[in-house]
Amino acid sequence: MDPILLVLATLDGIAYAALVFLVAVGLTLIFGVMRILNVAHGAFYAIGGYAAASLVLSISDADFSPWLSFPALLVAAMGVGAALGLVIERFLLRHIYAKEEVLQLLVTFAAFMILEDVQRLVWGVQPYSATDPVRLLGTVDVMGIPYNAYQIILLPVIAVMVLLGLRWFLRRTLSGKVITAVTEDRETAIAMGIDARKVFTVTFVIGAVLAALGGALASPTTAIQLGLGAEMIVLSFAVVATAGLGQVEGAALAALLIGLGRSFAVYLVPELDVLVPYMIMVLVLLFRPQGLFAVAEKRRI
Amino acid sequence: MRLVRYLPAVLVLAVAVLPLAVPWLKIVLTVALAKGLAVLGVVVLLRAGQVSFGHAMFFAASAYSAAFLMRGFAGADLVVLLLAGMVCSGTLGAVIGLFVVRYRYIFFGMLNLAFSMVLYALLEKMFHITGGSDGMAVGRPTYLGLELARTSFETALFYTSLGLAGAACWFVHRFLCSPLGEALSAIRTNETRLEYLGISARWILLIAYVLSAVLAGLGGSIIAVNQGVVTPDLGYWIRSGEFVFIAILGGAGHVLGAFAGALIYELVRFYAAAMAANVWQMILGFVLLGIILFASRGIVGLYRDLAALASGSRSHREPLR
Repeated sequence: MDPILLVLATLDGIAYAALVFLVAVGLTLIFGVMRILNVAHGAFYAIGGYAAASLVLSISDADFSPWLSFPALLVAAMGVGAALGLVIERFLLRHIYAKEEVLQLLVTFAAFMILEDVQRLVWGVQPYSATDPVRLLGTVDVMGIPYNAYQIILLPVIAVMVLLGLRWFLRRTLSGKVITAVTEDRETAIAMGIDARKVFTVTFVIGAVLAALGGALASPTTAIQLGLGAEMIVLSFAVVATAGLGQVEGAALAALLIGLGRSFAVYLVPELDVLVPYMIMVLVLLFRPQGLFAVAEKRRI
Repeated sequence: MRLVRYLPAVLVLAVAVLPLAVPWLKIVLTVALAKGLAVLGVVVLLRAGQVSFGHAMFFAASAYSAAFLMRGFAGADLVVLLLAGMVCSGTLGAVIGLFVVRYRYIFFGMLNLAFSMVLYALLEKMFHITGGSDGMAVGRPTYLGLELARTSFETALFYTSLGLAGAACWFVHRFLCSPLGEALSAIRTNETRLEYLGISARWILLIAYVLSAVLAGLGGSIIAVNQGVVTPDLGYWIRSGEFVFIAILGGAGHVLGAFAGALIYELVRFYAAAMAANVWQMILGFVLLGIILFASRGIVGLYRDLAALASGSRSHREPLR
């Protein structure tokens, strides 16, 4: 393989993995704490992207400094994530915590269907993209190849910061330890006086903000359009399943594995690029049904 | 009050006779029956407490097998197309089933979704073989060796579908009452005990999975011939979601629920979708939430309540299957 292509594929893979990680880590965090797989997570990603693109576009229309587009990405993600997360947790999930697993899955699926049409109603069918942030940061030379700094510096830095931040939050702060306690053993945690409902709300909002952040950061380089949410939920599920449900650090490695696998496929076998993430997942699951980093649960009778 | 007891029979009769009076209804009802077959497949898996978010892949696989057959052998017979579709979807179901029956709940649902997304992407990308998003045309096959004109073919297809739907209902009903079907329900209630009885849960689930794939495939072949064109959309996740939706709407307590759900869904969609094209998914989502939260036994449950009310006894409450 041409060394230039090799470098390009690696860079693409890292940039892509950073975005997928942000979405996947939110998904896995929510699952770890609440034992619910949030299918609507893909919609959070897409809506975060739409909101960020609209905000950045309106900033450039209003002739404000284009540098404002960076805080705009963040604000859009936080706003969308917090609003959607709160509404869905409060008015929907709260009623189904005691129900069967199948029904919980169906409820988040219904939320996903509803949000899909919300996107259609608000943003229509044309793709959105806001390229200002990419243009502003310019390019850097990586081994003689110019590559845009937004994708190869900013995105991975943010992903690593989120990973380290989450680790610190979950292990070193009281709120984080409370969340970990509920993850480990919900009943005992409640018996110790922890308000599990509050923990659920906080976790769900954090997860939703992370998904929306993924979408917002994707909007400068990806055309945000209908159907993106479905692709992302399946892909981030592949990442989360490969790592093992509930594994935060594992999700980072799995995202890197799948991101690199996909970008190499784009250059080597372009017809199969959509297949590669699932092939990786299937291969891993064939040999380790619990995922790479998860510990097998004991059978309960 | 007797009327309530005969309601299902009256409805079946109405479905069979109405197209004679209202010819354009044939196409809509044929689509409803085809989807009903796929929904029946989803219902079989719901018996085991598993939900598949990717069953449209079997629908699409057999629809495309019909398209390829018609392209390869112009003037193939409908019977051949239906059989080929069942073989094709059954084989695909066996291969994918070998993998997915190792998993339950979230993994089962999402792995099915992942496989269906792969099939969808392949159908769309390999445009030199599958025609990409434009799809492929499906010519009109002969009917038991007869070359029928368009309207008489549509009539024949409708009554064939009705017959097949009836046969499928009977078969699945018998299957669910059999020891195999009871073992399938046991996967949902207590899988570990099932294994202690010496019965392999994976094996049972695999059999059910192949059966449900074949049912979905049968529906897919009918749709392909009925519409005269196949597109990757047949295998898109929205279609799979539709099947799950109809299964929950109909209620999984009885096999007829699948078809009751499909008929109501298709008729409402026929009239309402044009008015509410942009919010159709949203309406489905809200109705789905409503059913899950407030009437989790679906149409079958409502009918049973009604029947119990009519006969004066209290209905026996059944959980959602």
